[in-house]
Amino acid sequence: MNLAKSSYINEVSEGEKPRSIKLTKWRPYLLIAPAIIVFLVFFIQPIFYMIYLSFHEWNFISPDKTFVGLENFIVLLSDPMFLQVIRNTLMYTFFTVLLSISIALLMSIWLNRQGWMYSFVQGAVFSPHIISLVSIAMLWMWIMDADYGLLNWVLSLVGINKVPWLTEPNIALASLIIIAVWKNIGYYTLIIIAGLQSIPKHLYEAAALDQTSGIRRFTKITFPMLSPSLFFLTIIGILDSIKVFETISIITKGGPLNSTNTLVYYIYENGFIFFKIGYASAAGVILLVILGILTLIYFKALSKRVHYQ
Amino acid sequence: MKTSLPLRLLNVIGLIIVVAIFAMPFIWMISTSLKTLGETMIFPPKWIPDEPIWQNFMDAWNSGPFLQYFINSVIVSVGILIFQFITVIPAAYAFARYEFRFKNALFGLVMVTMMIPAQLIFLPVFLNLSEWGILDTLWGLILPFATSAFGIFMLRQTFKQVPEELLEAARLDNSTDLKIMMKIMVPMAKPTLITLGLFNFITHWNDYFWPLVMTTTEKARTLPVGIAQLRQVDGGVAWNILMAGNVILVIPILIIFFFAQRHIIRAFTYTGVK
Repeated sequence: MNLAKSSYINEVSEGEKPRSIKLTKWRPYLLIAPAIIVFLVFFIQPIFYMIYLSFHEWNFISPDKTFVGLENFIVLLSDPMFLQVIRNTLMYTFFTVLLSISIALLMSIWLNRQGWMYSFVQGAVFSPHIISLVSIAMLWMWIMDADYGLLNWVLSLVGINKVPWLTEPNIALASLIIIAVWKNIGYYTLIIIAGLQSIPKHLYEAAALDQTSGIRRFTKITFPMLSPSLFFLTIIGILDSIKVFETISIITKGGPLNSTNTLVYYIYENGFIFFKIGYASAAGVILLVILGILTLIYFKALSKRVHYQ
Repeated sequence: MKTSLPLRLLNVIGLIIVVAIFAMPFIWMISTSLKTLGETMIFPPKWIPDEPIWQNFMDAWNSGPFLQYFINSVIVSVGILIFQFITVIPAAYAFARYEFRFKNALFGLVMVTMMIPAQLIFLPVFLNLSEWGILDTLWGLILPFATSAFGIFMLRQTFKQVPEELLEAARLDNSTDLKIMMKIMVPMAKPTLITLGLFNFITHWNDYFWPLVMTTTEKARTLPVGIAQLRQVDGGVAWNILMAGNVILVIPILIIFFFAQRHIIRAFTYTGVK
């Protein structure tokens, strides 16, 4: 180690060229090595390990992993509970993304103005985004408490009876969606506002000359020009919602009657509570496939966008 | 802009309602944290408790090893920050300024990693950590995040914009890579680094998922995990104590947000705006 170091110093100080060619050649690899090692050890290897485990049966305690081929997948896909988990996940994702983007679109058009009032409102709307999901989950669990919660009190003011937000199987998932939308809207709104501000002003000036109506201005200029932002938000929103865990783990634990159990919580439950490592890994592989498809779509669209610019 | 007075008034009322929807829950949280248990069970609810019960915060703090959780949270968030700067700056510099074989493939690897969420790989990582004997330690909470694909991606963009002449001059002076990075690149990228730092600190300070699954005892748990376990303390739910615990968790972040709102918004919306 010492030797190598001193010879390097000699080369640098004595040589004609400032650096030895050999070292220069390796330098970029040395610079990226720490990052690449972390990626390989903590992200890439685990993916392959998970795929390997999904073909085995293992309870974490016994020393042997038994190869079972596709059995985990067959059991998984024929388990009505897992199919419900998939349905819950898709419903949660679909409605969370759809509602977040629609409401944020309206809000951003409204709030895209200068002045302290608007920047204050933007800040307030954004604030849930930086709060720990633990606090958001517990706060909303309290707000949605059927007997003493704030929400039912507000609704009682307009004559609506107590709603069992988190204890009724038909309502619980919708309640979790409301919480997610509440958290998302600020972030989505700011992204869309940034998109709105990047639309060239002359487009609107031309439209004004032609006396284009407000609705036409929106459908012919604003919406198409916003489509990159909206596409980005859709993908990010799906990726983000599909891996929902915190609110479920803290508020409902997948219940009542499995009605809020989603993919990541299901993997966690099977792996960490029931110790069905192979089975949980198989569910993980299904999540991997979903994320892989979404990533491909995203990068495909991204590269297209770059070409057109 | 010429709008009639009633319309402007309507607009302001609308804005107030929007702020209420997003701020009210937090005010409710603080209000509850200062109530007696009896007062939390009054319906219709009271906004201002008869007498603020500051003791709730002590009760929350003393209901578990919260000093330990707090110290763990600080070590993990700051540790991740330090590791990330050590690994991200050189990698971003190499990707921005060097030509080398497999550069595109390796950068592709970075981009792929950016799309792998912790929620996908936690089970195999858990098994690995347990095999290596660092499960339930702070290392298990720090090392997997010792670098950041997003950070490399973002910083590379910034480093690419540094004028080549500056680097040429430094190279003629026989400066080492380390010197170029620290004396030229890092100062030029200061806003990006602040943005990245805030983003990472807040993200890992708030994180519940990873510390929950990678710890089995309280010795390596962080504040969010400790707070989430508050409700298991007794049979019923002591909402006042629970909310007091959450106020402790939320207040530092809200204070940072208050003072660095512009930076934080930039940090969290960066990917979407670009």
